[in-house]
Amino acid sequence: MIVAERKPIDEIIEKIKDYNKILLLGCNECVTVCEAGGKKEVGVLASALRMYFLNKGKEILIDEITLERQCDHEYLEEIRDRIDQYDAVLSLACGVGVQFMADKYLSTPVYPGVNTCFLGATEKRGLWTERCQACGQCILASTGGICPISRCAKRVLNGPCGGSTNGKCELSKELDCAWQLIIDRLKAMDRLDDYEKLADIKDWSSDRAGGPRKVVREDVQE
Amino acid sequence: MRLSYPTSIKIIRVPCTGKVDVIHILRSFEKGADGVYVVGCMEGDCHFNKGNFRARKRVEQAQKLLEDIGIGGERVKMYNLSSSEAPLFVEYAKEMSEKILELGPNPIKEAKKSLRGQNEAVSG
Amino acid sequence: MSEKTSSKLERILASGNLAVTSECGPPRGTDPEAIIEKANLIKDYVDAINITDNQTSVTRMCSLAACIRLKLMGLEPVLQMVTRDRNRIALQSDILGAASFDINNMLCLSGDHQSFGDCAAGQNVHDLDSMQLLQLVRKMRDEGKFLGGDEIKRPPKMFVGAAANPFADPFEIRVPRLAKKVAAGAEFIQTQCIYNLDKFEKWMEGVRERGLHEKVHILAGVTPFKSAGMARYMKNRVPGMDVPDDVVKRMADTPKEKQAEEGINICVESIQRLKEVEGVHGFHVMAIEWEEKVPGIIERTGLYPRPEV
Repeated sequence: MIVAERKPIDEIIEKIKDYNKILLLGCNECVTVCEAGGKKEVGVLASALRMYFLNKGKEILIDEITLERQCDHEYLEEIRDRIDQYDAVLSLACGVGVQFMADKYLSTPVYPGVNTCFLGATEKRGLWTERCQACGQCILASTGGICPISRCAKRVLNGPCGGSTNGKCELSKELDCAWQLIIDRLKAMDRLDDYEKLADIKDWSSDRAGGPRKVVREDVQE
Repeated sequence: MRLSYPTSIKIIRVPCTGKVDVIHILRSFEKGADGVYVVGCMEGDCHFNKGNFRARKRVEQAQKLLEDIGIGGERVKMYNLSSSEAPLFVEYAKEMSEKILELGPNPIKEAKKSLRGQNEAVSG
Repeated sequence: MSEKTSSKLERILASGNLAVTSECGPPRGTDPEAIIEKANLIKDYVDAINITDNQTSVTRMCSLAACIRLKLMGLEPVLQMVTRDRNRIALQSDILGAASFDINNMLCLSGDHQSFGDCAAGQNVHDLDSMQLLQLVRKMRDEGKFLGGDEIKRPPKMFVGAAANPFADPFEIRVPRLAKKVAAGAEFIQTQCIYNLDKFEKWMEGVRERGLHEKVHILAGVTPFKSAGMARYMKNRVPGMDVPDDVVKRMADTPKEKQAEEGINICVESIQRLKEVEGVHGFHVMAIEWEEKVPGIIERTGLYPRPEV
């Protein structure tokens, strides 16, 4: 899923302080799971913002809506008939949702309430870690199912680098060395010989480097 | 034991403190509470195992938020005691009550009042 | 391992002599005197001088410009190049630039992470990794082609090296990792600073078992301690460094005013012992901001005078 984290409240306040009617828009998908922008977080943030502005002598209208998804026309259309009631939208969706909103409702200012962090997994409640950088050409088949692009600080394809110590990255003792994990996996699968296969120079054109990407499936288009 | 505790305290009963969420605490302040404290079972004695630990985390979250928005994190507190400790219940109630008296009223209340005053002045 | 370049370092190694290299860090400014002074201190005692490439990610004068300085002095530079700061266009372009000045040696590295330096908020590139950089240089040299397949007019003639850390984890892949670098095209190796000689010798055993010592010239890396504090720092703070407790203790047990001398002694003893290890073809003496001590170390280990080849 896409992992996000709520922006500091003072940063949010600074952006919306001049508005009187705000729609605080949550999303039921990834940001709900990572507890950054679901219905619950919308409620808490709305309450906190109302109190903040009241305390500053300003009564502000903050309506709360949480959509099934903000990255689909279908759901984002649900607010069309009421969008004009608001001076601005504060979206707790990931960057995708915020932009879809901006595309669709051209004249309504939209502000991000979260920082979109990465594609990751829930290791345990309150701990989300990165697993994928969407490079567009998956190499997990040759790295024991562990991604050195997203999990090695230098995205070294033939690792580990010389900074790997006791299975940890040179960046931090808290951070696993991805290549240690890869080697452990290869060993567990009795495929350590694969380690000596040189990884090809990567074609990054399907990554960010190639410019904005799209996936086209004419066979499913209507 | 017919012990008395400060009359300013309104008790809201929940099946387990694990039921208390951040939003409940915040809403209390929005509605004019001057302080909120959560009284859970002793740590380790939760019938649902983790309820009171969850409550503690949520109290901490609420404290941080209230601090960030200028209402004051000290207005929220978590206590633990067992059901047979009435004297302690009273002691905590008094402690919290005194703390709130010292901090003064919830600033939201004052702000609401003065906003209403302004509105009346305008319409009058 | 027949000679493929005009590299003096390659000639010395091919002749069977023990090679000696050292390194200089470029200045954090524009004054070329800094590099000239350092080079003058060591030039008669080493065969080639590495110029580091923004080491520990601290911004410095570029390695290429400093290498050209050495070249202008008639010395033999080893251009260090990290993949952290350059994409494949810049890497190839800098290789051509270096070769145009007849810089004949290159050391391919990935580089320390930028968070250790003065631009922690910067991007890193890592378009290629160090092994792929080795492959790139070899392709440019041996096939005379750019990565994209186009022909290079007057291809670069670089003698290509890589770093190896026999002490990093996991130990079991340290020999396979060297094999991989050799397969990628490394012709010489400069190792991480060696303090744990037992472990290094164990690694070399593995290297010999696979015959790698006949495919690549291994230069053993050594760095003299200036003080007990430095020994402790290297042990505890530098990633991938293995400094045994008894070495730290030996430094710590030495009176403060004699510690520098003791650091040199340890370095000299290490070289003496490593000279006897089959497959060690030379030494890379990294006297960090202490270049004036290099001549003494080289003399005391019998590696002076340097051979004329």
